[in-house]
Amino acid sequence: MIWTGLDIWIVVTGALHAMACALLGNFLVLRRLSMMGDAISHAVLPGLAVGFLLTGSRENIPMFVGAAVAGVLTALFTQSINRIGRVDESASMGVVFTSLFAVGLILIVQAADSVDLDPGCVLYGAIELTPLDTIKVAGLDIPRAAITGMVSLGLNLAFVLLLYKELKISSFDPALATSAGFHADLIHYLLMIAVAATTVAAFESVGSILVIAMLIVPPAAAYLLTGRLGIMIVWSLVIAILAAAGGHVAAITVPGWFGYVDTTTAGGIGVVAGLLFAAVFLFAPRNGLVSRMVHRGLLSLRILEEDILGLLYRARESGSMPEPGLDRESVRSSLLAARPAFRFALGHLAMTRHVERTGTAMRLTEEGMQRARSLIRDHRLWESYLHDVADVATDHVHMTSEKLEHITDAVMRDELEAETRAPERDPQGKTIPRP
Amino acid sequence: MSRHLPFFSEHADHEAAADALTVSGLCHHYGNRPSLKDVTFSINRGERVAVVGPNGAGKSTLFQLIAGILEPDAGTISIYGHRPARHFCIAYVVQRSQVDWSFPVTVSDVVMMGRAGEIGPLRRPGRTDREKVDRSLADVGLYELRNRRIRELSGGQQQRMFIARALAQEATLMLMDEPFNGLDFQSQRAILDIIDTLGERGVTILVATHDLDIAARRFERVLLLNTGMIGIGPAAELFTAGRIQAAFGQHSHTIQLDDGLLIVQDSCCSGGNPPDA
Repeated sequence: MIWTGLDIWIVVTGALHAMACALLGNFLVLRRLSMMGDAISHAVLPGLAVGFLLTGSRENIPMFVGAAVAGVLTALFTQSINRIGRVDESASMGVVFTSLFAVGLILIVQAADSVDLDPGCVLYGAIELTPLDTIKVAGLDIPRAAITGMVSLGLNLAFVLLLYKELKISSFDPALATSAGFHADLIHYLLMIAVAATTVAAFESVGSILVIAMLIVPPAAAYLLTGRLGIMIVWSLVIAILAAAGGHVAAITVPGWFGYVDTTTAGGIGVVAGLLFAAVFLFAPRNGLVSRMVHRGLLSLRILEEDILGLLYRARESGSMPEPGLDRESVRSSLLAARPAFRFALGHLAMTRHVERTGTAMRLTEEGMQRARSLIRDHRLWESYLHDVADVATDHVHMTSEKLEHITDAVMRDELEAETRAPERDPQGKTIPRP
Repeated sequence: MSRHLPFFSEHADHEAAADALTVSGLCHHYGNRPSLKDVTFSINRGERVAVVGPNGAGKSTLFQLIAGILEPDAGTISIYGHRPARHFCIAYVVQRSQVDWSFPVTVSDVVMMGRAGEIGPLRRPGRTDREKVDRSLADVGLYELRNRRIRELSGGQQQRMFIARALAQEATLMLMDEPFNGLDFQSQRAILDIIDTLGERGVTILVATHDLDIAARRFERVLLLNTGMIGIGPAAELFTAGRIQAAFGQHSHTIQLDDGLLIVQDSCCSGGNPPDA
């Protein structure tokens, strides 16, 4: 790999367009309109082609106008087919954008003989070539695509900052938006125009397929990382930059490891964006798959440990504790625990010195006894509460208390004691142990 | 610069003499199915009225018409002497099941949304807005939870959050759609108590519910609705066997007791008909 000044411009251009897309994408994701980005980015094609055919040049302005019109038409058609024709929203979107896309394709193929608008280029983009087409700004040769990206990002930033409140409200509660004095539909169409324009701006560098990825993937990943809209937007921008930089670097290095030449940067950006999403999906601190599994695993481990302690306590209380303790295998089978989980829980209990193991038996240590006493206390206080205060039938209180004892914290315990006036015995007449 | 762009409208001034809400000859259709037929009533300022009827009686449609979200096919609605739509003074609280609870906002974010109309477009909330939000949250007992995500709230807390939003909005007409659905007795009572306080402050409140007991006990008047209007008045006068039957049909049974009417409601399945009927 040879890193040159051109590569820097490629990354900068990619990052600018990726951020412009991601910024608007946040609102598409939150409005459950992710596929609308897909639809618009395809449906702008006839708009582009018409703008192009009418003026006969690749001037920016007519193409943007054409694209914006096509974008609004997509949103308008989708909504009318959905509302008037009562066709499901995703189905009407599918009908509208594929038809418009096909029209665009025909127009471009027809026009392709006379002009240089390449269908492949529209689909996949040619970000690698963008640094070659430069404009002199303040004595610097800046790629045209990078300037488009800056303008696009700047306009979208202004759009989102100025209408942040309105975008947020109309996404969350359109009824409130209407009664607060602005039309939710109006905001909707402004957003659709912005998406169409951004899409066209990004086309040339990254192509329409990647535009969809940039609109949706960074915001979807950001959504998993936070519970606040402002922070979600910032995260989506960070992920967009990482995808652009990582994507280009990957495209020019990874194929080399396997003896191939560089691959397409647009593809690289799309793949890296997908990988970033996968990483967030798996490892996000609160919503990630792994952290949820670890959390659940730790919880069931703690419940199993507490059940073991409770069983040992009850055996000792009833005087049926043999020397040197209860048989481990019979404890396991009476708790219906799986062998590996039981072994793990027991290992942890022994390590924290709650139980001691002798031969095939086990019993509570003084420390284990103390923890078991407080667990049993919680359990029996719950039984008293359910029976005396909440008026639950005696034969139903045990199973409920069995669940509640594992989630009782200090505050709940104090309240339980106050509510039940901390009796000596539970509804079945068993002693409630004192800590 | 004018505070409001052309597509954002000013809040209409209230006419001093007008009723809080006057509805006359209101009709609305969804396709060929009528959802409201010739509904006429008026509500005084500061009054608390329960809108009662079975599912599909048009309660939500009525609220959406008053809030200006739907347009009536016939009839007029007047709010403090003006037509609906673009009244910052109306707070419409939708059913909890219609809210996207996974939306990434906090409790105080949602309450701040109530300030949007007053703040106006293209502007950010200021200090007075934040103070009003905090005060509204304190009024409904949610100040401590203001930085929580909305999906972490219980059903009763979610409902109180929307009441706080109506307070921050300084709404004078509140429309609450089935606020008691799926709430335990304690939470229902907490919300009813807040509604009473609001009534004392002069806020006019319409609450849609299918709970006849709550409607009769805690509201000054009841509007009985089943597509057509069955009646409006204090529950003691309005609830007769005939009218209850007209509203709830086979799903209700009335028994005349010495000290009033016992109404048995059945909100499930085929109501009073045998299962195979």
